[in-house]
Amino acid sequence: MSGRIATVRALAFRGLNEVVRVPGAAIPSLLAPTIFLLGFVSMFGNLTELPGFTSDDFVSFVLPVMMLQGAGFTGAATGVNLARDIEQGWFDRLLASPAPRPVLLAGMIASASVRALLPTSVLLVVAFAIGADYPGVVGLLVALVFVAAFAALAAAWGIVLALRFKTQSAAPLMQAGTFMAVMFTTSYAPLELLTGWLRAVATVNPVTRVIEAVRQGFVTGEVSWALTWPGLVAVAGLGAVLVALALRGMARSGR
Amino acid sequence: MRLAANARVVAALGRRSVKQTFRRPQFLAPILLFPSLLLAVNTGGAGRATEIPGFPEVAGFLDFELAGAMLQSTMLVGVSGGIALALDIEIGFLDRLVAAPISRSAMVLGRLAATAALGVVVATWFVALGLVFGARVEAGVAGVALIFVLVSLSAMAFGGLGAALALAAGRASVVQGIFPLVFVILFLSSAFFPRELMLEPAATVALYNPLSLIAEGIRAPVIAGISAGSLLEGLFGIAVVGGLGFALSALALRRRLRTG
Repeated sequence: MSGRIATVRALAFRGLNEVVRVPGAAIPSLLAPTIFLLGFVSMFGNLTELPGFTSDDFVSFVLPVMMLQGAGFTGAATGVNLARDIEQGWFDRLLASPAPRPVLLAGMIASASVRALLPTSVLLVVAFAIGADYPGVVGLLVALVFVAAFAALAAAWGIVLALRFKTQSAAPLMQAGTFMAVMFTTSYAPLELLTGWLRAVATVNPVTRVIEAVRQGFVTGEVSWALTWPGLVAVAGLGAVLVALALRGMARSGR
Repeated sequence: MRLAANARVVAALGRRSVKQTFRRPQFLAPILLFPSLLLAVNTGGAGRATEIPGFPEVAGFLDFELAGAMLQSTMLVGVSGGIALALDIEIGFLDRLVAAPISRSAMVLGRLAATAALGVVVATWFVALGLVFGARVEAGVAGVALIFVLVSLSAMAFGGLGAALALAAGRASVVQGIFPLVFVILFLSSAFFPRELMLEPAATVALYNPLSLIAEGIRAPVIAGISAGSLLEGLFGIAVVGGLGFALSALALRRRLRTG
């Protein structure tokens, strides 16, 4: 058991090392959510004037979306890194090691969850500086747990695609998947104000529940179980599917 | 004779660049995929923005957003062209071109010809996407032709900036690192939202951002019709970006040739 934990830790640290060793590659995913936050607030800040908008502060409303977007891009980067490892043959050596496949997967996913806290930290500092409402300790903790969990989901998605396509050229697909998952929700406006097709998609998109769970503290200042449990169910459901697919991909890779 | 030879070189290098882009999906996908996704999200999520007092008269929010999507896409064409040029520098292709008996300007112009061609692809994609999803080009066929011209010229202008970056840095990863900056400059313009309804200080920055002029130049044929004022504003914005890009490219190329 301790050997397995050590393997997970080693793989997670390897993922974190990339941030230090290749900072140029990490900067875009580190800054992009903050840039998007500032841009969206500048452009769409007046949407709160629409009748029926549930918040009078667009920074607080859109901040959770950008937190999940940052987590999504960080997770997708795990897939890109795995594709690079496959291209360079490092992953084959990893598969030949005595470490069980689920342990290898856990290591990669754990690194994404921890790394996701970097862009989130930058984002939160900037957001509070420009007037985002403080969600309280519990609200912040709930938000961070969901950010880490969503990064894990995005990493699993990236890993599934990396194992399927075995090339870094699949990177846009990994990033586009997480981008759509986060943005095709109540990202810009409450469900009632979304137009046509987006309202239909956002209604069935499980990530909408995750966004609402993260958003509750920032918009209402309170955390309720009624808004939290649907988010937890969404994360668990998506996690079960994506981890199962990733494990299947790993099993096939070894054949 | 020399002019004809240079034209052949420009055409050959342009063809090579276009083929390079289509061969590598990681170059082409961001150019069309991400602006299309952002267009879809903006339109669906902020579509009711047209009800905000002060929003310009438009048939739909998609009509308003098309120019922003095209502008974003052409900027990504510029970044992508810069990355491709930096890769050419990394693998030594540019050194071989320098050793060949061709003019220096033809090397950069070849790359820019390709970005202009990709601009046509961008315009075709977004005009088609817009028409399929219910947008209407008020200025009709002439307006569509004007959009093609402005988008191609914009792509060329941003290609100049991308080339300048590539020649100065010589590394694809550095040019790639500029990617988030594209969004900063774009968000600080009236590409996606009317400047009058943007929050400060972005609204003031957008007033002086040449991208606002280009966006409004491309937008006018879609939402209002052809007007000399908007056209000249668009062309002026392109001239500012293009002039800066070409000047910086020339300087960077000269420095690279001097220092090796």
